[in-house]
Amino acid sequence: MAQLLPATQPVRFLTETGTPVADRPAYPEPDQDLLLSAYRKMVVGRRFDTQATALTKQGRLAVYPSSHGQEACQVGAVLALDSGDWLFPTYRESVALVSRGIDPVEVLSLLRGDAHCGYDPGEHHVAPQCTPLATQTLHAAGLAYAERRKGSGRIALAFIGDGATSEGDFHEALNFAAVFRAPVVFLVQNNHYAISVPLSRQSAAPSLAHKGIGYGVPAEQVDGNDPMAVLAVLSAAAAHARAGNGPFLVEAHTYRIDAHTNADDASRYRSTAEVDQWRQRDPIARLEAYLRGRGALTDTVVAEVAAEAEEYAAALRTRMNADPPLTPTDLFDHVYAEPTPQLREQRAGLLEELVEAR
Amino acid sequence: MAPITMAQALNTALRDALHDDDRVVVFGEDVGALGGVFRVTDGLTDKFGDERCFDTPLAEAGIVGFAVGMAMGGFRPVVEMQFDAFAYPAFEQIVSHVAKLRNRTRGRLSLPLVIRIPYAGGIGGVEHHCDSSEAYYAHTPGLKVVTPATVADAYSLLREAIEDPDPVVFLEPKKLYWSKSDVDTPLRTEPFGRAVVRRAGRDATVVAYGPAVPVALAAAEAAAGEGWDLEVVDLRTIVPFDDETVTASVRRTGRCVVIQEAPGFAGVGAEVAARVQERCFHSLHAPVLRVSGFDVPYPPPMLEHHHLPGVDRVLDALDRLQRDDEPDPRFLALGGAA
Ligand SMILES: Cc1ncc(C[n+]2csc(CCOP(=O)(O)OP(=O)(O)O)c2C)c(N)n1
Ligand SMILES: [Mg+2]
Repeated sequence: MAQLLPATQPVRFLTETGTPVADRPAYPEPDQDLLLSAYRKMVVGRRFDTQATALTKQGRLAVYPSSHGQEACQVGAVLALDSGDWLFPTYRESVALVSRGIDPVEVLSLLRGDAHCGYDPGEHHVAPQCTPLATQTLHAAGLAYAERRKGSGRIALAFIGDGATSEGDFHEALNFAAVFRAPVVFLVQNNHYAISVPLSRQSAAPSLAHKGIGYGVPAEQVDGNDPMAVLAVLSAAAAHARAGNGPFLVEAHTYRIDAHTNADDASRYRSTAEVDQWRQRDPIARLEAYLRGRGALTDTVVAEVAAEAEEYAAALRTRMNADPPLTPTDLFDHVYAEPTPQLREQRAGLLEELVEAR
Repeated sequence: MAPITMAQALNTALRDALHDDDRVVVFGEDVGALGGVFRVTDGLTDKFGDERCFDTPLAEAGIVGFAVGMAMGGFRPVVEMQFDAFAYPAFEQIVSHVAKLRNRTRGRLSLPLVIRIPYAGGIGGVEHHCDSSEAYYAHTPGLKVVTPATVADAYSLLREAIEDPDPVVFLEPKKLYWSKSDVDTPLRTEPFGRAVVRRAGRDATVVAYGPAVPVALAAAEAAAGEGWDLEVVDLRTIVPFDDETVTASVRRTGRCVVIQEAPGFAGVGAEVAARVQERCFHSLHAPVLRVSGFDVPYPPPMLEHHHLPGVDRVLDALDRLQRDDEPDPRFLALGGAA
């Protein structure tokens, strides 16, 4: 039985400047290839994120919630899991989704507004991005339990924000997952704000990881801006779940550098000094410094990755500048497997309207 | 053939479904050893084991949300909400996820899951045990809303609900759990989306569903004594709604009364009345009337008989159907009609 009470300090491998910490954590160090892969995905992910925000300014996206600053969590979660494992993302997780390999245009469908979910969840093992807070954590628990029952060896990971840990569904999910020993990892990205509301107004617990013990769920805190630590802790959490030990809760301390979404004005509730402090803890710079220090990352590779990110963004820009194909009858075709007579009637009515409007 | 109760028919339906399909799992509060507070899951854990029929933590959003995940994982969950009013904690899961997952994913994911809810009153239940909550679900696109009124339908509709590729809110009229009928299972009645004429008649159509169907039939018997030949239509599935059967009946009879236990305002009866007048206007000899519960929170047990629409209120409504062009005196004071 793993220790239920989380350690008081977040697990950390790297200091803010990317040098190894003096006190090495007990976790096995992620290997260099994995770190390089994380670096690449983080750089591409951030470029994607910046591009998406730019697309809101051009009116190509209705809204975009940035995860700038949270890349270690977004990418770490994807790399710590197998591609067959299920992810249950929120609106914040676009970077995780493109890191999983989903077409970025399909990821952005929700925010562009041409569909509620642009990708095929079954193909990628990624649930639709979830907006009603914490509700997806229960789905992750149920699906993980289903996988355990089938003996598939698959696990699930549920993303959730600090604010959403106050929602009842999160607590029910921890409880159900523990009682049914569902192989699910709950990853709380504590970015310190729920839109404008600071963490202190969400919880008086010593940490959000402490919420595990009441449900018998082991937990750990991790420096969410230390990609090495995130990978190490999430890999261990995934192994714990996969081995049949039930759920695991990880709280990653991180920060969203941008506003809640492009439509939010963060200056109303936090200072630039605070943001600047967190910029110093940038996860990409940290990993880059570490890998360079080890001689694992050269100027050439850094330039290569940067060029790859630019290409990725340019291709996305071009594709997003085209209007998406829209099929108005889509409104009716997926409400039920078989449309009801009423839906058929309404569908025919809309088609008639469209013919008349021509 | 010995008569069985509706509760037994439901139990048999679950039993047969568990037997026929390994993907079916039944879970909820007290559904295991106890067999459910209404004994609908009686003996299922014994027969099929704790993996197939099991108790969960006491949390309704949890039960439904967990079922969503299990359905995504290939199972066919049938969950029990202990009582109508105790399904409300799960409302967000039902409305935001259960109802929408197929649509949100444009058909790539489907949720074959059944949410069984004992509902409505008439059993002397204390507060929070007697709500008629069908309108909430019927108003939510993506859900099928089913409510049996006969023992045979209870079996057949539940089997169909479990086999359906889409989520079904299965509303079980509590006061009919102990109603009995000679029924030989397995059997199949009319499919979803088909209302059934329970009693043929010429003078007026009484539309009802769930717990109101026996009231409608009793009213028809009583009305027969007064020379009224009533047709009783049992909706069976509120969603999908059978316009065809209802419309055909009212076009024949020219008069229509809708009965529901739920408060009338913005209820299913209002929807039925609107649809009937849209489709049957030129056949109608009188306004479509509703007989419903009052627009009040469900009353304490000693007062519930005042609230529940009974035979007398249906007969009163019939009286008002006989007038020709005179306005209904109840509404004269309104809108300066007098
Ligand atoms: C049930 C529910 N209530 C309110 C909202 C509106 N809302 C969207 S995001 C958000 C803040 C969530 O904060 P947090 O969980 O910390 O996640 P973050 O946005 O910081 O990633 C709120 C209140 C919602 N989406 N769902
Ligand atoms: Mg937050």
